[in-house]
Amino acid sequence: MFYDVVIIGAGISGTMCAYKLSKYKLKIAVVEAGIDVAAGSTRANSAIIHAGYDAKEGTLKAKLNVKGCEMMQELTETLGVHYKNCGSLVVGFDDYDREQIEILKKRGEINGVKGLRILDKRELHKMEPNVSPSAVCALFAPSAGIVCPYDLAFALSENSVTNGAKFYFNFKVSSIEKTDNGYAVSDGNETVTGKYVISAAGLYCDEIAKMVGDPLPFDIIPRRGEYMLLDKAEGKTTQRTLFVTPNEKGKGILVTPTADGNIIVGPNANVVDEKSDTSVTIEGLEEISEGARRLVPNINLDAMITSFAGVRSTPSTRDFYIQESEKCKNFIHVAGIESPGLASSPAIGDYVVDILKKSGLKLEEKTDYIPTRSKEGNFKLFYDMTDKERKIAIEKNPLYAKVVCRCENITEGDVVNAIHRPIPAYTSDMVKRRTRSGMGRCQGGFCNTKVAEIIARELGIPVDQVQKFGKNSNILCGKTK
Amino acid sequence: MHKSVVIIGGGPAGLAAAIGAYEAGVEANDIIIIEREKELGGVLNQCVHTGFGLTYFGEELSGGEYASRFIEKIEEYGIPYVTDATVLSVSKSKVIKFVSPQLGYTKVKAEAVVLAMGCRERSRGTLNIAGTRPSGIFSAGSAQRFVNIDGYLPGKRVVILGSGDIGLIMARRLTLEGAKVLRVCEVKSHVSGSARNVEQCLNDFDIPLYLNSTVTKIVGEERVTGVVVSKVDENFKPIKGTGELVRCDTLVLSIGLIPENELTTEAGIKLDKKTNGAVVDQYFQTSLPGVFACGNVLHVHDIVDYVTSESINVGKACAGYVKGLLRPNKTKIPFEISEGVKYVVPQTFNFDPKKIDIILKRFVVYFRVSKDYEKARITITSNGEELLSLIKNNIHSSQMHSVILTKKMAQVIQKNKNAKISVTEEA
Repeated sequence: MFYDVVIIGAGISGTMCAYKLSKYKLKIAVVEAGIDVAAGSTRANSAIIHAGYDAKEGTLKAKLNVKGCEMMQELTETLGVHYKNCGSLVVGFDDYDREQIEILKKRGEINGVKGLRILDKRELHKMEPNVSPSAVCALFAPSAGIVCPYDLAFALSENSVTNGAKFYFNFKVSSIEKTDNGYAVSDGNETVTGKYVISAAGLYCDEIAKMVGDPLPFDIIPRRGEYMLLDKAEGKTTQRTLFVTPNEKGKGILVTPTADGNIIVGPNANVVDEKSDTSVTIEGLEEISEGARRLVPNINLDAMITSFAGVRSTPSTRDFYIQESEKCKNFIHVAGIESPGLASSPAIGDYVVDILKKSGLKLEEKTDYIPTRSKEGNFKLFYDMTDKERKIAIEKNPLYAKVVCRCENITEGDVVNAIHRPIPAYTSDMVKRRTRSGMGRCQGGFCNTKVAEIIARELGIPVDQVQKFGKNSNILCGKTK
Repeated sequence: MHKSVVIIGGGPAGLAAAIGAYEAGVEANDIIIIEREKELGGVLNQCVHTGFGLTYFGEELSGGEYASRFIEKIEEYGIPYVTDATVLSVSKSKVIKFVSPQLGYTKVKAEAVVLAMGCRERSRGTLNIAGTRPSGIFSAGSAQRFVNIDGYLPGKRVVILGSGDIGLIMARRLTLEGAKVLRVCEVKSHVSGSARNVEQCLNDFDIPLYLNSTVTKIVGEERVTGVVVSKVDENFKPIKGTGELVRCDTLVLSIGLIPENELTTEAGIKLDKKTNGAVVDQYFQTSLPGVFACGNVLHVHDIVDYVTSESINVGKACAGYVKGLLRPNKTKIPFEISEGVKYVVPQTFNFDPKKIDIILKRFVVYFRVSKDYEKARITITSNGEELLSLIKNNIHSSQMHSVILTKKMAQVIQKNKNAKISVTEEA
């Protein structure tokens, strides 16, 4: 198969490009090194849809962030992704912070962020009573929001597959050759060829760029951020995303609700040697605890249900780098996508489509385009359904009456569905990210045996062959005596 | 659907409560037990080891045998139950929504509700353990379920963190199934589980126990390849430089149990921060009239025998409520605790002076202490008046204790509107 476009990377940028291009009569392939969509930075981040006042005026980041943020509501509604336009607050503690907040407001207004307002102490505490009493002011950005980042990537990729795109997993690109009519992208075993190539390889964009002979004019620095996730019982700690006033070190540690109703705190920012190093450290957890208490002194960190870390691809230039290679025609770099990459992603997708169009790709809209994740719709989970929808779902399929994950009320119907969706789940982590089974307060203590049994049954494999996330991550070690 | 008594949970607490309610005069058909697993019995079904029933039956039974004694009674009495059924919500007006393949999406209006949902295990996520997130990390209960119900071995080289009874029992169980249990680590300076289990589960199998030590890091990208074990100081903080890498493929966590009170919270019922269970009166009635709680959802018990006796009484109290004998009294008397007491259940009293012994002849008070006593004096006072005072040897913080309140004591408490329990060191 010769594709019109080959996308490297199934993170938020890659899947967004696939989604945007799937509307057109094009043959699209996505190659991904991991076993699933959202295997890198997209999986573990703050999940914030930033309003767009952080990025320096005039940068590509500033432009795409504000635009992407505006597009998020409609996009997530179409695809059935958890999103909440909760607003955000940059909290100030002293005169220096106040000055910085004034600067941010001005910058935001230049960038085109709507509704920015500086709150005094009284108004801030009325809005968020748990914010530190020593806070004196805040920048309120009503357009900011929260989203489930990996579910957004799942939705984008499922919609792409439904509209004909092809995904190759476990495809770690090892070479890219120029051919007569395009490029041959290979992982050493298999080769995928296409006219255009989009490199949306996140942390690995620098390595991909070298393969094609057009090294990036900047470095990608892997910076790890650690997080703590709190029980949903703490979900009312704050209604809005709370930031400290940023300084030269970055945006600092935030406290925010998640789109699924938990509270998340983090991240710190530490440069790591390995791009895949998502381990957590005791020092890191202490650092983010301290940061969180600064914003919300009475935050109940004992309600932590898990800690995790993600690595972001920070460009040394601190701006997005999205352009067609000057050396290699029809090769598009989508690199240096750090925060607010998630918020910017819908605009990044449009921006890339525009580049392709200018570069001569013919874009003709499909007449049979399906706007949802599948022909049948968006795979609503039992716990998202209304009473009436639940009754109907159970009547159609009694497996929806069997709760597997008691913490999140995930049913066997949801799990079986996840195993057979357009991008099928075949490990317990894949099921977990699609359904939230095991993501609640018991962290799979009760449901891991049940999910393993369901996966084994649906795939026709022994239970001890079921993996957590592929490779040698088998959950069990054989049968008992 | 309408029922006099709806029991949420068909484990030992729920079964005993159903039996108690029936024996106190509630019609079998006016009761329903809602159980989320395939069978009644709760976690007892995965406990193939013995040691159950010594207090209640004076016999040593396996978990399954212990459960079956009660399940047989449920069958004999004809008390209805639904399995594979999960309760989604309990409302303030006692409407319970649940789903099950058998009945679909169901609403049941109850006169009295018994919360008997049990507890869950603390997970890795609640601890500050550094490192990666590979496969091979299990809570002791889920490892037990894999071995005893499903017939699979969680791992071959195992480190167990936590010396609670489940941890000790899994050390033996995994050894018997051919795994090598390298060590059991306990952050405290003493074992959490029973001396009997240390002897029979560790010593008999030469499994080393490391006190004052904990797991500080998990190593391994795909499967666990090792854990770092560090010594801790008297505040349970890891001591820098004491970390030792233990090569293993599995980490089993037995680090504590948490009552599962999400439904309770959503119903607006008041919880006790010390027990993580509902605040109850002497009938084990919660802050929502007609809603009762018993078993591990109320407070974590050491042995199931106590769950049974507690829950039978709760069943009786339910019957009293349904018959209108148990009128909610507006003034609740708090049961205060002294410094040496970690918690007490019940936390409040609410006696009806005229009907004190109609439902229960005596009232059991359960408590835990915050430190170990070689010899302790337990006293219950009301406005300084001593109601009860006794000396007990070897009062350990890891064990649950109980004393009995008579009808006479109850009358004094009601009159004085005050009660306090204290535990002091006895010379």
